[in-house]
Amino acid sequence: MPEITGFAFPNDIHVTWSLMIVMYPYITGFVAGSFIVTALYHLFGKDELRPVARLALAASFCFLLIAGLPLQLHLGHWERGFTVMVTPNFSSAMAVFGILYSFYLVVVALEVWFIYRKEIIETARQSRGLKRTFYAALALGTYDTSPAALEIDHRAIKLLSAIGLPSACMLHGYVGFIFGGIKANPWWSTPLMPIIFLLSAAVSGIALLVLIYQIKCKLGRKAIERETVQSLVRWLWFFLIITVTLELLEIIMLAYENSEEWHIISPLLTTRLQFSFLSVQMIIGSLIPFILLFIIVTMNRYLHDRVRNTLAVIASLLLLVQVFSMRWNVVIGGQLLSKSFRGLRSTYEPHLFEKEGILTALVLFVAPFVLLYVFDRILPIDAPPGVHAPEEPVSEAGVSPGTA
Amino acid sequence: MEETRKGTPASEATPAAPEPCGRREFIADAVRIGGGAFAILAGADALGAEPDKYDWDAHRWAYLIDTQKCIGCGSCVRACKAENGVPDGYFRTWVERYQVSPEASHVDSPNGGMHGFPAVKTAFEPTKAFFVPKLCNHCKETPCVQVCPVGASYRTRDGAILVDGERCIGCGYCVQACPYGSRFISPVTHTAEKCTWCYHRITKGMKPACVEVCPTSARQFGDMKREDDPVRLAIAHGRVNVLQPHLLTEPQAYYLNLDKEVR
Repeated sequence: MPEITGFAFPNDIHVTWSLMIVMYPYITGFVAGSFIVTALYHLFGKDELRPVARLALAASFCFLLIAGLPLQLHLGHWERGFTVMVTPNFSSAMAVFGILYSFYLVVVALEVWFIYRKEIIETARQSRGLKRTFYAALALGTYDTSPAALEIDHRAIKLLSAIGLPSACMLHGYVGFIFGGIKANPWWSTPLMPIIFLLSAAVSGIALLVLIYQIKCKLGRKAIERETVQSLVRWLWFFLIITVTLELLEIIMLAYENSEEWHIISPLLTTRLQFSFLSVQMIIGSLIPFILLFIIVTMNRYLHDRVRNTLAVIASLLLLVQVFSMRWNVVIGGQLLSKSFRGLRSTYEPHLFEKEGILTALVLFVAPFVLLYVFDRILPIDAPPGVHAPEEPVSEAGVSPGTA
Repeated sequence: MEETRKGTPASEATPAAPEPCGRREFIADAVRIGGGAFAILAGADALGAEPDKYDWDAHRWAYLIDTQKCIGCGSCVRACKAENGVPDGYFRTWVERYQVSPEASHVDSPNGGMHGFPAVKTAFEPTKAFFVPKLCNHCKETPCVQVCPVGASYRTRDGAILVDGERCIGCGYCVQACPYGSRFISPVTHTAEKCTWCYHRITKGMKPACVEVCPTSARQFGDMKREDDPVRLAIAHGRVNVLQPHLLTEPQAYYLNLDKEVR
């Protein structure tokens, strides 16, 4: 039995939304964040992001394949989960999930296909037997690699990026909406919630790419592109600043208004979430990466590549922790306070071995990386030398932190 | 009584000699009687009830709680548990105790008030104390029905908020959306559960179990569609309040003598 300080409604002492519901926005965040990077290259002509554009799309795709799993695992009746898609009740924000998720999945899958179409056909042509059949099947019956066809591919990729970017934003903004639209819960109910979720998704997605790009280069014994890291770091810094500003503004606003809600949120932050919010999310996860990224961005010229890369990796690791703790503090934090506004329950501690426990969460976090590995084996993320990929961006100089 | 006895021609009744009953006949009768009994047990109830079948358009239920009458005995909580098989540690109804002074307040509900309230020593001197029974407010504009992704939560035409346990996917969104803490995910069925106003009872003309057992009539149940219903009269003419009115959920559980400390 959890310990209660003050008075909680008797049913409020149970944490209904478990670690799985923390994992869900965490994983979807990577989906949206990575896609933003792909879009920066394909749509906004950020040429320096070319080395991570395919990686970002592949990561977005792999995380997307896993994104629905934590939700399924959490349902009391997973076997009825499909009814959300089949017979949705459209007055519920949650009912939109099926539509948004499937739509975005189709868009990303199509974009992957158009980007890899030429390579799929070439691989099919160059191989025999089962491999040939497999790639021929992936080609979906068209083997046209004429310049005219590639031009169509190129346009399709641009169009899909243009549709995919708002879809990714909607998919993740919607996750924030699920929480922001609960007027019963003072810690969730704010119109800022979808925006904070979306921006922190960008942070987690870019931080993830900084990490896997560097790891991938190290494993493949390839040089890490200086321009790419610099650009990623600038974007990361930019999104971090906005995210943390909004996170703080929301709390300062509550405190300044001294509203009814603040009288329960203030003790929540200073007692139950003291470690996970103040120490982890704000200091270790926000302040320290902010300083590290500040150093990289402002002292860029004086930094040795190795120092820059190392600092970027440390900052990114810390930011992955920051975003996780933010999800935790929102999802779990909101359930530690009672709607009586008079009581807090003791912290929720998931077990290692349970259906919605720590081990499951770890598996869910690792699974997309395994998928990414498989993806790379089937559709190599690094374009083979000499192959002119169809996803050449149209160079459009845009004013953005990436080119500053 | 006398009249009837007089009128009964007892003496005239010559008891007819019992006709011998053959084995064949006996078995045939037994089968007939047995079949009849089976028919009654199985379906005759529904057949018999056909004329006064429950019409949900003819009622609109409402609940009225007079906090001044509640003595905190916990009978309602026990009755609810027994009637609805509510799992331990979860509550479809509960009673809160408030001990209040102008400077401070102390609220508790040990085990939902199921076994009454043992005396507690507060750090301050309470100037007033009272009990507040709580249950699902069966709101007209309820967020729980709004957020259910599959439409398993719904509002009946007679005003009760119910959950279809065969449709509920157990996502818990309604539990989060209820401002009153009335819902929970049952560890037994893994679906959302809540007070139904004992829908199985009220549709048979009975009162909810908690109202039935309340010794002081602190809990009352009535029909807003009946002009002379005491609950309707109290709500129509008395000074009533609802919980968390600012959320505009339009609760259909009304309170008399509600203190500002109660949320």
